[in-house]
Amino acid sequence: MRASHLGLMIVFALFVSVVFGTLMRDEPKEQLRFGGQLFTAFVVGGIALGWILYFFPL
Amino acid sequence: MRATTADREQSATYTYLICLAAWAIPGAGHLLLGRLQKGLTFLVALVLMFLMGLWLEGRLFPIEVRQPLVALAALAEMGGGVAFFVARQAGAGGGRVVALTYEYGNAFLIVAGLMNMLVVLDAFDIAQGRK
Repeated sequence: MRASHLGLMIVFALFVSVVFGTLMRDEPKEQLRFGGQLFTAFVVGGIALGWILYFFPL
Repeated sequence: MRATTADREQSATYTYLICLAAWAIPGAGHLLLGRLQKGLTFLVALVLMFLMGLWLEGRLFPIEVRQPLVALAALAEMGGGVAFFVARQAGAGGGRVVALTYEYGNAFLIVAGLMNMLVVLDAFDIAQGRK
């Protein structure tokens, strides 16, 4: 199995969102909602940051 | 009066035992407190994350006083509980620096440990009746 940077970032975001969603909310519905929001923010934020850094190479 | 003091001591001991279980096995504290859904979620997510860190060739850091960042990473990984010591004893987590996924593996291992510390604090709050 080949691991891609984007794929690993998505898996990482998934784990963190599941744990924080479960930790911060009590009702399963709220956990799913909060976890989903976190996951979206992580993935979209990561991709956005990647594109910003694309224009400022080290 | 004596009964109240004894009750408090018993309650404190119970709380610390819950925290110890929560640290040793991710989610165990919540399971013991009857929060099955949360406990099972933490157990599956944190153990999988730890195993994935090992699979990605991350390193289980030793505590090296001369290298504070390495020592901090080791402390963070130890937050993952017994799995850290079992994996080290089994010879896993050597960390291959040249592997493409080395840093990802470290991130998975360290964050799994840190999140388990938060889970322990949550179990502590529940055991204290704050949640």
